[in-house]
Amino acid sequence: MSALKIKKGSTSHSAYNLRPNFSDVIERHTLAVLVENEPGVLARVIGLFSGRGYNIDSLTVAEVDHTGHRSRITIVTSGTPQVIEQIKAQLGRIVPVHEVHDLTVEGPSVERELAMFKVSGTGDKRVEALRLADIFRANVVDSTLESFVFEITGAPDKIDAFADLMRPLGLTDVARTGVAALPRGD
Amino acid sequence: MTRKMTGAKMIVQALIDQGVDTVFGYPGGAVLPIYDEVFQQNSIKHILVRHEQGAVHAAEGYARSTGKPGVVLVTSGPGATNAVTGLTDALLDSIPLVVLTGQVPTFMIGSDAFQEADTVGITRPCTKHNWLVKETDKLGGVLHEAFHVATSGRPGPVLIDIPKDVQFATGTYEPKKPSVSHYQPPLKGDMESITELVAAMETAKRPVFYTGGGVVNSGPAASQLLRELVEATGFPITSTLMGLGCYPASGEKWLGMLGMHGLYEANMAMHDCDLMINIGARFDDRITGVVDMFSPKSTKAHIDIDPSSINKIIRVDIPIVGDVGHVLEDMLKVWKSRGRKTNSEAVAKWWKQIDEWRSIDCLKFEQNGKVIKPQHALARLEALTKKYDRYITTEVGQHQMWAAQYLGFEDPNRWMTSGGLGTMGYGFPASIGVQMAHPDALVINVAGEASWLMNMQEMGTAMQYNLPVKQFILNNERLGMVRQWQELLHGERYSQSWSESLPDFVKLAEAFGAKGILCSDPDDLDDAIMEMLTYDGPVIFDCLVEKHENCFPMIPSGKAHNDMMLAGVDTQGVIDAKGSVLV
Ligand SMILES: Cc1ncc(C[n+]2csc(CCOP(=O)(O)OP(=O)(O)O)c2C)c(N)n1
Ligand SMILES: [Mg+2]
Repeated sequence: MSALKIKKGSTSHSAYNLRPNFSDVIERHTLAVLVENEPGVLARVIGLFSGRGYNIDSLTVAEVDHTGHRSRITIVTSGTPQVIEQIKAQLGRIVPVHEVHDLTVEGPSVERELAMFKVSGTGDKRVEALRLADIFRANVVDSTLESFVFEITGAPDKIDAFADLMRPLGLTDVARTGVAALPRGD
Repeated sequence: MTRKMTGAKMIVQALIDQGVDTVFGYPGGAVLPIYDEVFQQNSIKHILVRHEQGAVHAAEGYARSTGKPGVVLVTSGPGATNAVTGLTDALLDSIPLVVLTGQVPTFMIGSDAFQEADTVGITRPCTKHNWLVKETDKLGGVLHEAFHVATSGRPGPVLIDIPKDVQFATGTYEPKKPSVSHYQPPLKGDMESITELVAAMETAKRPVFYTGGGVVNSGPAASQLLRELVEATGFPITSTLMGLGCYPASGEKWLGMLGMHGLYEANMAMHDCDLMINIGARFDDRITGVVDMFSPKSTKAHIDIDPSSINKIIRVDIPIVGDVGHVLEDMLKVWKSRGRKTNSEAVAKWWKQIDEWRSIDCLKFEQNGKVIKPQHALARLEALTKKYDRYITTEVGQHQMWAAQYLGFEDPNRWMTSGGLGTMGYGFPASIGVQMAHPDALVINVAGEASWLMNMQEMGTAMQYNLPVKQFILNNERLGMVRQWQELLHGERYSQSWSESLPDFVKLAEAFGAKGILCSDPDDLDDAIMEMLTYDGPVIFDCLVEKHENCFPMIPSGKAHNDMMLAGVDTQGVIDAKGSVLV
């Protein structure tokens, strides 16, 4: 409680929103971190999360600008609003980090993930797997008489849903890329 | 102008171009080419320490007492790993260092070569940034960038790992030029927030300035501005361990240090204030105690150059990201332009309350009997050295806290202590670094006997370079601070907190060719201290003090600021089970 009745939660003009309304609710945020593509930069980011006890739900990284030496790291993390703010500030402190964007709060964004599922089986189960794959717009990228490898792209929950359906049908292996995300529009 | 030269020469050239005058180091196989260049020049003085940890702490002492970055040169493998404690110490206390390590040649990296260690991997979490340079052409640029990163924004240690073949190879030297780095932390604070803070200052009834090491790091101008602001507003001011000296201890508005062993009036003011103005401090747990009970009635403003410090531990109402000096300047400007207002009536009442707290005289002690009280030893040291151009370093323990309580600092950069990491063994090498930077000053390391032994090999360094550092050891034959916690928390079971088999410190001094002084009688103390001060050379002063003295005031673990233990209390059962898990 403020004795001087200063308005809480007013917005600041700095790069970081330093006046969040803290609560204990765990939130899931997708962060886009633009970094100098130099050796060790991923280790710095991961080391920050492990060293300070933050969660990584998903992490993807690849060079996105060869001439500019930029890589984009997309991190899905979860924590209380205070922890999320800390994570962003701590990321911003890493010297080769150029930009930190919280796609969850900066406006609408799209998230996509690519996954491959190996489903083994024969008979009805095999037919059902193929039928469901069709509904989910998954592609068959490999097939034998006893197995398929499906490739599916979509939002993470769509991939989760597909995995749930494939499990009783003979799902044996899963490979997921983790989330890539971009803000919508401009 | 670019020039061709070997990597080793480039290193020395870059140091010269950065204005480096002193390097603390220790040679080994992986840095021999650099040492060969060091040999062939006279611009930079190399100080040969006796252990790489000593080199880093010495560089910290140099940096803290000058405001310039400290420079260290060590070899690969064990040289680098020995530097890790110092790097961590510098990271936690935001001290600018540039540490150069040798590495096995690039073609041997990853082969478990002799004296190979993954130095950038090991030091990634304990540096602000680090580099492994694999091409000689890049070396110059990286070196200059390293100085830029170490000294801009929130300062910190950086490390450059340089394989031996990169040192031998010839490349193009990129000279120092205005930084092209994208790393440019903003210095100016947001004017709207500054105005909001000034408005809060105008109406505050119970304001307090809570200052920290950020004021020191911002430079001497920041301390001047702080003094101006304090005098102009008449608000009370306290400081963390790291910020001592930014406001003079003799100043009227000075409340003394706050925190776990801070002064009663400082902690009470923090607890009861209605406006807390944090300037370059970080709400460390030594300061806040239990965060839920921390200063419950106040509006909190926080000025810090590092956005990650804000809302990390304590939620604040007015965050201002910026350099302390720049923000203070703007605060003063805005406050003056709005008519220099304060709620002077309420503030006068606040001072009355503070004076009541002060009247408890929480640091009082009685020196009676034939045993020297550590507080008395420091009070005498203070009285007898006040007039000197004086720099103090400390080790870690009770003596450190007593030094912070009983010595007064009139200026910044005069007090060098390991705050964040609490590194025993820091003070002696740090005193060497300070003395190197200030050859004519009086440099005293206030030490505990146990801490001092951790880097006592540096006696060799002090002797070699004629550094007249005074080692003032408060010898209680105990790991005093550990013993105190065992008394408070562990039923007086003093497990392993005895300093057994101590050396004869006088003979030890003499073995190195230094002077040793033993003092155990309070009546001899002044003469003994004067003997130390007038001796032209390093002195080990073995001051035998009361063995079971406790350091008070103390905010016990798990308690709030207004729940302090003062001298003379019963120490049993004060800390509950919840408090005892805290450190
Ligand atoms: C490197 C290191 N190891 C252990 C500790 C834990 N510790 C804190 S104070 C202390 C005792 C210090 O004893 P001494 O130097 O004699 O100082 P005193 O407290 O007796 O004044 C210890 C062991 C530490 N701070 N640093
Ligand atoms: Mg001791």
